Amino acid sequence: MTQPSTPGPGPAPAPAPEDDDALERDDDDEADSDPGELELHGKGERRVVITGISGRLGRLLAKRLHRDGRYHVIGIDRRPLLGRPRDIDHVQVDIRSKKARDVFRSGRVDALIHMGIMHDPRDTMEERHDFNIVGASKVLEYCQRYEVPKVVCLSSANVYGPRPDNDQFLTEDAPLMGAQDFPAIRDLIELDHLASSFFWKAREIDTVILRPVHILGQVRNAPSNYLRLPMVPTLLGFDPMVQLIHQDDVVEAIVNALEPGVRGIFNIVGPGEVPLSAVLRELGRRTLPVPHPFAKPFLSALWKVGLTSFPVPELDFIRFVCMVDGSRARSQLKFAPQRSLKETIRAVVLEDEV
Amino acid sequence: MSEGGWLKSRLTRWVDRRLGDDGNARMQALTTRENEFGFDAFGFNKEDAKVAALFARFLYRDYFRVECHGIEKVPPGRVLLISNHSGQLPFDGVVIGGAMLFEATRPRMVRAMVEKFIPNLPFASYLFNRWGQITGTPENCQRLLESDEAILVFPEGAKGISKPYSKRYQLQDFGLGFMRLALKTGTPIVPIAVVGAEEQAPAFNLRPLARLLGTPAFPVMPFPPFFPIVPLPTKYRIYFGDPQLHEGDPDDDDDELAIKVKAVKNSIASMLHVGLQERKHVFW
Repeated sequence: MTQPSTPGPGPAPAPAPEDDDALERDDDDEADSDPGELELHGKGERRVVITGISGRLGRLLAKRLHRDGRYHVIGIDRRPLLGRPRDIDHVQVDIRSKKARDVFRSGRVDALIHMGIMHDPRDTMEERHDFNIVGASKVLEYCQRYEVPKVVCLSSANVYGPRPDNDQFLTEDAPLMGAQDFPAIRDLIELDHLASSFFWKAREIDTVILRPVHILGQVRNAPSNYLRLPMVPTLLGFDPMVQLIHQDDVVEAIVNALEPGVRGIFNIVGPGEVPLSAVLRELGRRTLPVPHPFAKPFLSALWKVGLTSFPVPELDFIRFVCMVDGSRARSQLKFAPQRSLKETIRAVVLEDEV
Repeated sequence: MSEGGWLKSRLTRWVDRRLGDDGNARMQALTTRENEFGFDAFGFNKEDAKVAALFARFLYRDYFRVECHGIEKVPPGRVLLISNHSGQLPFDGVVIGGAMLFEATRPRMVRAMVEKFIPNLPFASYLFNRWGQITGTPENCQRLLESDEAILVFPEGAKGISKPYSKRYQLQDFGLGFMRLALKTGTPIVPIAVVGAEEQAPAFNLRPLARLLGTPAFPVMPFPPFFPIVPLPTKYRIYFGDPQLHEGDPDDDDDELAIKVKAVKNSIASMLHVGLQERKHVFW
């Protein structure tokens, strides 16, 4: 289930990238735009740039850092940032544009949190790849050029992929097999690789890669959407153990990753492991067990006519285990989830009045 | 859901009743690390496991009428139980689990390493987990040993369980993986000999058919039901050997490890020999 903020099904809350030609426009008026012209209002001693700030998780993170007081948050996102306080700065441009570079050029930046990733499986591979990979390599390049001392990259535990012969708990060294049967998350894995090679290339920068498990909450990602279905289809005879994490805990993990000196790859694990069926029982969902030989053709038919937001390969997430070992994050990142298992599961229902 | 729930609660009550006070008390006495939902990290759940425990007790007491020797030799804490494997279907594993649960003075849960194709099968995929069994990867085994669990390993693997009747009580080649893990985690090894399972399904191997289907063996029995589904009610005798603590480098060459593995294998072979000498009849 692609994380962290797949636009949901139906009336998508995430504004579509309507500014498709933003790229050229930006490039054109770049000539007469002076670097350092950005008008920033924020205070706070550490300047943190967040890409993809307008997503739900990004907004939560921005609020959390803003509340902290130590951080001056600057967002980069081509979507508007709704309801922001005045001293959170927002630069509404595409991360591939030169305007985005100005953010780094116009003054010292103390950290980059990169979470500007497109996930919608309905977008074309080319568009997604271009945005995710070209975008990421550009911002990483800026970080090196303008000497940003800290880079935090949000990946996902899904990069390991659900597989029948998976270890119960995969460590950070496990191979990233997620794309083997699921090409749509290939660029997520590529992004992860990009960040880890950046880790080795730019040794002077503290690079942190976070791989959280399924994030639950008001976020509109695949696992949360799945658990919100009124009638939840499951695979008959399969009930894998799953790991879930509350969106607030993910935000805390990112904040911990900002600490100077912290570097490396970390699996971010929530409060525990439960079978999928226990999660659904806790939510009181009605289930529809489908024999797995029928599930694939059925879902692929639904997908073709646009009745579902779940691509076929995601079935493996409710069939096989894909769990990770979070002990490195516990010891080095000093991260421990605060929400209980129940709270984490319940987080998907508390919303919708927003 | 409601129909299923009704059936499930009926089954749960029936299992509870059949298990009785002693059985329930033994299940409760198992030391496991469960979270607020009643599951441990590998998916074990005491309530769900009661069915399996009841089945194991039936096999242990009534069907195979197991005679158990030396179970007190199993040390507390982490331990690797290494046994011979036979009988087409893994009833030997169930019975060893039953012995540790219902015969030992302090009941313990045995976790066996199941084949890696099991997670592909519907129902088996999660039921094995609920009953405490785990997918057989070295990392899983190491993790459990480090949290002081008892792990059952059949180093003969598929070659052992599917061996034909003509090869009964001939130990097949042992894998070396368990020794590597024992050395890495400092785990004592308890060799176990199971006498009786090797006659429960006198089958021969239809090799061409096995090759055609791509399975390790295709066992056929010369009498109904022809396929080894229901085992013969042979009498089981289980011998627990003295724990062995091996020392050495887990990354040693295979030859080095093979010497240590040989010690375990020999100990099982000699217990098998004694067991076969002592018994008067296959069925009683």
